[in-house]
Amino acid sequence: MIALEPSAKKRPEFINVRVRRQDAPDKEPYWELHKIRYETEMNVISVLQRIAAQAKTKDGKKVNPVAWDCGCLEEVCGSCTMVINGKVRQSCSAIVDRLLVDNPDEIVLEPMTKFPVIRDLVVDRQRLFNSLKRVKAWVPVDSYYDMGAGERQLMAQQEQNYPLSQCMSCGCCLEACPQFNKIELTKKQGETDEAFEARKKAAYDESFIGAHAISQAMLFNNHPTGKSLATERVEALMEPGGVQACGNAQNCVAVCPKEIPLTTSIARAGRAATVRAIKRWFE
Amino acid sequence: MSENRVVVIGGGLAGLASTMKLTELGVHVDLISLTPVKRSHSVCAQGGINSCNDQTRQLGDNEWKHMDDTVYGGDFLNHQPPVKEMAYWAPKVIDLMDRLGVPFNRTGEGFIDRRRFGGTLYKRTAFAGATTGQQLLYALDEQVRRREAEGMVRKFEFWDFCGLIQDDAGRCRGAIAQDMVSMKFQAFPADAVVVATGGCGLVYGRSTMSVFCTGSAAARCFKAGAKYGNGEFIQVHPTAIPGADKLRLMSESARGEGGRVWVPRTPQDPRAPKAIPENERFYFLEERYPKYGNLVPRDIATREIFDICVNEGLSVESDRQCVYLDLTHIPRQELDRKLGGILEIYEKFQGVDPRDEPMKIFPAVHYSMGGLWADYVKSADGGLEPGAPRNHMTNIDGLYAMGECDYHYHGANRLGANSLLSCIFTGLFTGPSIVNHINSHSGAGYKNVPQSDIDAAMKREQDRHDHLLAGTPGSDENPYLIHQELGDLMTRVATVVRRNDQLTDALEKVDELHKRAMRVSLSDTGTWTNQNVIFAKSVQDMFPIAKAILKGAFLRDECRGAHYKPEFEKPSLTAEDPVERRRQAEEWCDAFEENNRKYLKSTIATWNEATMQPEITYEDVDTSLIPPRPRLYGLVGAEDIEKVWKERAAALANQGKPTVDMLAHA
Repeated sequence: MIALEPSAKKRPEFINVRVRRQDAPDKEPYWELHKIRYETEMNVISVLQRIAAQAKTKDGKKVNPVAWDCGCLEEVCGSCTMVINGKVRQSCSAIVDRLLVDNPDEIVLEPMTKFPVIRDLVVDRQRLFNSLKRVKAWVPVDSYYDMGAGERQLMAQQEQNYPLSQCMSCGCCLEACPQFNKIELTKKQGETDEAFEARKKAAYDESFIGAHAISQAMLFNNHPTGKSLATERVEALMEPGGVQACGNAQNCVAVCPKEIPLTTSIARAGRAATVRAIKRWFE
Repeated sequence: MSENRVVVIGGGLAGLASTMKLTELGVHVDLISLTPVKRSHSVCAQGGINSCNDQTRQLGDNEWKHMDDTVYGGDFLNHQPPVKEMAYWAPKVIDLMDRLGVPFNRTGEGFIDRRRFGGTLYKRTAFAGATTGQQLLYALDEQVRRREAEGMVRKFEFWDFCGLIQDDAGRCRGAIAQDMVSMKFQAFPADAVVVATGGCGLVYGRSTMSVFCTGSAAARCFKAGAKYGNGEFIQVHPTAIPGADKLRLMSESARGEGGRVWVPRTPQDPRAPKAIPENERFYFLEERYPKYGNLVPRDIATREIFDICVNEGLSVESDRQCVYLDLTHIPRQELDRKLGGILEIYEKFQGVDPRDEPMKIFPAVHYSMGGLWADYVKSADGGLEPGAPRNHMTNIDGLYAMGECDYHYHGANRLGANSLLSCIFTGLFTGPSIVNHINSHSGAGYKNVPQSDIDAAMKREQDRHDHLLAGTPGSDENPYLIHQELGDLMTRVATVVRRNDQLTDALEKVDELHKRAMRVSLSDTGTWTNQNVIFAKSVQDMFPIAKAILKGAFLRDECRGAHYKPEFEKPSLTAEDPVERRRQAEEWCDAFEENNRKYLKSTIATWNEATMQPEITYEDVDTSLIPPRPRLYGLVGAEDIEKVWKERAAALANQGKPTVDMLAHA
């Protein structure tokens, strides 16, 4: 990774890392400053690994290791989304040398703000997956028995679908979206787990569905078998919290780490919804 | 049918395929995973999935040859009946994935495009860009979400599988898992339990695997009495991008699409790679393996790259080991279409565009061929008996293992693009087997698991947890540092080259580390989202697996696939004189046969909790379909050895024993 910043000759001995922490959902957030030794080829994941191993603040105070979520460390699983120096992104591909060029004094790590914090940098993104159910983001095959190949598909269709299919449900587009607001419910006294889950689902179901799910709806509507549910998907997008809730800020497409053409999908969904509305008129 | 419930642990391709199929058969599934299943490690698989296909068939390929390549590539340690079944299912698996919406790359006419992978001469590999694992996983994830919406699946994501519930007879009656947010334990009584938790790369510290691949779920079954097979067979992938936190995979598809591996002939040539003329480049794989070129099986490519850097001193850089993997001769547009995903990874993490400049790569731990021992029932035609309850059942009744954490399919070395296949195949194929197992125990299902068995299992896990939080007085062992030490040691002694003196030494050191790991002191003793305690438990549970790897490797005095001990390497032929050369070839074949009698066996480890050591025994491998033959990629004198070997095979055939050719044409 030396090739990254050949001009950055002066490498610091230590890096300051400021982390916004929160012990539990009902606790107040607070800031904590950590200091770790600089190494070449670091990313934010290895920074957090060092912090976990030393479990001490810059002042030498013993603290609990910072909690965070990660998985593949190569930007295909979507786990490690957080806000780094004010920008939502995957922490695995946040390379320290590049962050230091922008801000040589410190690296600032915060949890995503649109999802309930579970602890420190870990957030609850259940809602994001719930949205995929709202648009039935699947191909409704009859069975998993051997029924021969699917329909032939032209290269152009594959090239349209594959980018949409790379969505890793990381949530960057939702964090950046002005229309997507945090929903944080707390369990009531005496409420069963099932009742609490049902209450959450109801709240999620009427809130803005998000760019990622709209894009998935368009993906499956462009599949030979997937499109058998096209009308249902479009109608789901016409409900409250559907595609009309999009304010066209276009932040989603700007922050998507996979550069998925989300706004193109939203435009397609908008058109499909209009066509559907006109059709309904005549039905 | 009364309601049945199966617990599936792990939400990668194998776990999801199993879940899908079981729900289709009317079984309810509780799916337990460390992470939202869509984020499972299968997403990292890049290159593709193999099957013979309409195109290769017309060039002489068939399912049998796919099986033959798989067992030859695996140095005959694969169990042949399951491999046969898998190879014959492969085209059907790809058809199903196509129906499920996997965006496979297409030809101009709209057929599924194929590329060539290592260890075969046919273009068998279907692919979706260079993120095939991700795309396959998403298709299965979508189907499971559909079943979840229908109420057939309950997902428990961010839950850690802790151990089994077993009854007096030893039968597995469910699992205990811990919610990693609230830290509460819960019992999951079940009619059967499926473990599909992937590989154990984290035993090596850094590998190409995701952070979840600690091997701890398999270890927890191993500690409960499940046998562990072929632990020492760990695949080191030839091409990965070295990194501080992870060694990122650079898919074999880069070579499948024409990528060439080379080093400058002048050691550490200071010139930029593109300034080095062709005749001053050493394309060592192409020179040494003219038939397969850059697409030799992975174990061989890995050893050659290791050798060229470590022993021949031809590493591209002086302060770290690496060779060039060069794609710059391929048009950009083609690269973007077929390899976009992996080239972006290189660009993002290394800051260099691999379309303009050759990549720098080095081998990294990648895949566990070994895993939990599991049974199978052979059918009359030499494959697997569909629906037999024992298919993929471990030696613990009612506990199934599938995917990377089983041990049958890949022998001593896995061929590229066969793992996605084995995961999906095992998940789908075993559905009816599990249902038949459940039916054979009607009346003793998940609803009437003895409460005392549940309580005992819950208490065991709660006690372990409480004990860890309480800590050991006077000990400040740090689980993160112990993990680092274990990883460094394992990487040094149990990867590409293995030596008995080092292994003996490592066994002692690992035992010492294990003892230290059992008295770790946690920096977090809280009761909310305590990642420290979850990690500490997984580190402790890496040791049984690490010991099985080391001990298996120590006891296996031979070279087979990924397991390479130079001390026991079979020599090339040296004589020029034809008669003498013939004699050497005879001798070579004698030694080969003798070695097979001794070592063509599955290594079986069982855990002894009293000694904290694995005990090793050996089991025969079913090689009834394709008789073992020497694996001769690139060996000097290969033609002579092959000639002698064929004569011997023909002599056997005359005595009425089967040979490869006879069976292939059967």
